[in-house]
Amino acid sequence: MNLVESITSAYKTLVHNKVRSFLTMLGIVIGIMSVIVVMSLGDSAKGLILNEVKTLGSNLIIIMPGKTNPKGPPSTLFGNVVTTLKYKDATQILKADNPHIESVCAYVQGTDVLSWSDNNPILTFKGVMSTYIEAEGAKLQAGRFFTEEEDNYNARVIVLGSKAAKDIFGEQNPLGEKVKIRKVNFTVIGVLAERGGGLAQTQDKEVFIPLKTAQNLLLGIDYVSSIRVKVDKSENINDTIMYIEDVLRRSHNIHNPDDDDFTVRSSETAIEAIAQITSAVQFFLVAIASISLLVGGFGIMNIMLATVQERTREIGLRKAVGAKNSDITLQFLIETSFITLVAGVIGIILGALISWLVAVVAQFFGLQWDFIVSPFSIFLGCFVSVGVGLIFGIAPARRASLLNPIEALHYE
Amino acid sequence: MLIRVKDLIKDYEEGEVVTHVLRGLSFEIKKGEFVSIMGPSGSGKSTLMHILSFLDKPTKGQYFFEGKEVNSLSDDELAEMRSKKVGFIFQSFNLLNRANVLENVMLPMYYSGVSATERVFRAKKYLSEVGLDHRLYYNPANLSGGEKQRVAIARALVNNPEVIFADEPTGNLDSKSGFQVMKILQELNEKGNTIILVTHERNTAEHAERIITLRDGVIIDDSPITNRQYYTNENQELKK
Repeated sequence: MNLVESITSAYKTLVHNKVRSFLTMLGIVIGIMSVIVVMSLGDSAKGLILNEVKTLGSNLIIIMPGKTNPKGPPSTLFGNVVTTLKYKDATQILKADNPHIESVCAYVQGTDVLSWSDNNPILTFKGVMSTYIEAEGAKLQAGRFFTEEEDNYNARVIVLGSKAAKDIFGEQNPLGEKVKIRKVNFTVIGVLAERGGGLAQTQDKEVFIPLKTAQNLLLGIDYVSSIRVKVDKSENINDTIMYIEDVLRRSHNIHNPDDDDFTVRSSETAIEAIAQITSAVQFFLVAIASISLLVGGFGIMNIMLATVQERTREIGLRKAVGAKNSDITLQFLIETSFITLVAGVIGIILGALISWLVAVVAQFFGLQWDFIVSPFSIFLGCFVSVGVGLIFGIAPARRASLLNPIEALHYE
Repeated sequence: MLIRVKDLIKDYEEGEVVTHVLRGLSFEIKKGEFVSIMGPSGSGKSTLMHILSFLDKPTKGQYFFEGKEVNSLSDDELAEMRSKKVGFIFQSFNLLNRANVLENVMLPMYYSGVSATERVFRAKKYLSEVGLDHRLYYNPANLSGGEKQRVAIARALVNNPEVIFADEPTGNLDSKSGFQVMKILQELNEKGNTIILVTHERNTAEHAERIITLRDGVIIDDSPITNRQYYTNENQELKK
């Protein structure tokens, strides 16, 4: 008994009863399809985040409050407020005068209603230092950004993201207009140029006010949520990270690195951490999708048991003409695996199709969303579907191989 | 001696009840013989055939095939014996309707390790010997009863077996097709094939050279046929 004959036989079983074969395979098709879709969408989402790294530039260092594992998520991720990072830290780093550091910018942020005439959109305001433009590589479309003096004296000035400006003022020139956030009036002094691309496009929807104005007049806090440091060349990132850690430890009076109350990362590792969370979510979803594979597996087992019953005479005959028990076992295992493999391949094709449609829609909405179906996910799909066939084919194959040839031959 | 059976006993146990199907049979069959095993239903002839053809094992007694004790063989070794030493012809043909005629005839060769090209070559050769060249790619379901049995004969021959077992080969056939099948069996015997025919019809049994008659699990008669029947052509002309 060879592979070709078993596969031919499996193929005939499939075509022999098309409706039943279709229903049998459905569970596996859906299972593999879900796995492929989840993996593909996850990969695409990771791609989106990696594009983000490119938008940010690879020569950024991000300082966050609180200590975290080098590769783990930031400690502030789940809504914890950590107050160990201060405006002073940013100025300390600036004062240290490291030749590789080009600019330093501290951030706070909040979300609230911004009022202008009858327009009251809810949006995110960011309190930033005057160095924001350099640190983020942002450009102005109109007006100017605020100065260090304005930051130091709680000036009530505001710079709008391009999308925010358009949403609030439409075609009207916003420069010189007064807007209100939490009963505080701000004068619009500038509009940023559109940045677009990936997740960074949220910046276009935000508005920017001086850091101290945000801390003192709007939020009533004395800490900052993060600090960004721009380095001259990406080769100098690691040296600069160590340098900054040194400065902060001295300023925070920390002697043992294990006691750090801050985290310094390059933009790349920060985003790798997010990618890692995406992977975890992806893994979880794949696990859920696998449940339908299990259900599909039992469906296959059920049908193959019925097939064994129907083909009792055939099995008897095969044994009479010299098939060993192992030949029969192997034949039914190959048949089951072939059916699940066909189902798997259909699932892979459908899954890829759905992922492609999602990509088309995402691109239509302006995301840099790539259609990715990794060779690994295709391999996994095939491997898993054959595996399901082998596992759930064992019971039917054993039943077939243990049939008594004499009874099987006379089975009606 | 091809087959030697000594004190063969077969009991079937079903719960508390023990049925004695074969109660101590002894006989020998030489290579090239054409033997009928005859008896009414329940006489044990089918059980005897199953044991002789390695499908079943006796409860007691000895069975030597080509001088080799069969009872001690494992399941896999018995499968090997079925594959290489015997060919089967059944009353109900037992052809696979999912496969065509050629594939049906090739089936035993999958298990005896014959190469792919040799399989096709031999299957075509034996199908042509039983006059079915023109039916190679037919589905067995579309053949007449006689044609089906000729396919089964070709299938029984492809591994060049030592013995051909025919279990009521004419039972499901009209008389004309039945004659044809018996003629083929006689021709095969003339070419040197050993044939063991199981039947309950005296008329069919008399095509052999010798009849072993069973009743209630014992041999009540074992003698050569004096007036053997020959069919010379398909027009049912009888020549004695």
